[in-house]
Amino acid sequence: MISIEKVRQRAEADAGTYGYFLHPDPKFLQDLLEGLKLNEERYGYPSCPCRTASGVFEYDRDIFCPCDYRDPDVAEFGCCYCALYVRKDLYEGKTPILPIPERRPKWKQERAYSAMYAPPAPSPAEVSVSREVTSQAAKEAPVSKKLWYCGQCGYVVFREDPPYVCPICKAKREMFKEIDIRIYVRNKEN
Amino acid sequence: MDIVKVEGKRKNHRVLMYALSTCAWCKMTKQFLKDNNVEFEYVDVDLCSREDHEKIRKDITKRGGDINYPTIVVDDKILITGFRKDKITEALQL
Repeated sequence: MISIEKVRQRAEADAGTYGYFLHPDPKFLQDLLEGLKLNEERYGYPSCPCRTASGVFEYDRDIFCPCDYRDPDVAEFGCCYCALYVRKDLYEGKTPILPIPERRPKWKQERAYSAMYAPPAPSPAEVSVSREVTSQAAKEAPVSKKLWYCGQCGYVVFREDPPYVCPICKAKREMFKEIDIRIYVRNKEN
Repeated sequence: MDIVKVEGKRKNHRVLMYALSTCAWCKMTKQFLKDNNVEFEYVDVDLCSREDHEKIRKDITKRGGDINYPTIVVDDKILITGFRKDKITEALQL
């Protein structure tokens, strides 16, 4: 079981790396960290405390904290969806911290929901158990991954869709291109 | 479905909130309603069975909302997505 301190240290370290700050209100921050801890215990990964996870690893991957949407959200609105990560002006109280719109595409939400509803509905007492079973079975969930490279710095990543922001050089998603690999087999003539 | 009722002196509106037990914005919204003495009911969707979860999702969609939490339904007609203090204040005449 992960400790709340470990969850906090991980978030602090990540905020430091990216030049962000954690939510300035200690109570709000504590609630978020406890939510992350609970989700990690539930699903085996720290999915966003302010979104519903499906328990299917591949379908929740984009909402593992820090989620795919954090960087564009902090750039545009000053904070991420749950407001764990905030920009300096919000941390210092110069700009208010307000709820922001959901950037996660609807089709990803729908896909996760449909995976959740696929098995027969259990009674509430069975929920935690059956979620574990689902997550075990669904580690093989069919997600079509591709190789993408950043046209600016050359960073290569193997995932379903390109990142919103390059983690190396901060180039935007539009700079990413798919790597098209073709393998030719030459027949020996003899 | 496990609906929790929070007593309050302001009972002039029926307030139902769909929330997540892990979400800080949802906690903040619950606290805001309590601080304003609003009587309300809430459901922590992540603690519901799959069946109830699906019912809630359909209910929000039917009302034209997105599946985001907190979602507040006032008097069975006004839908407020997210902790929008201005909209909550207006709908509940706080």
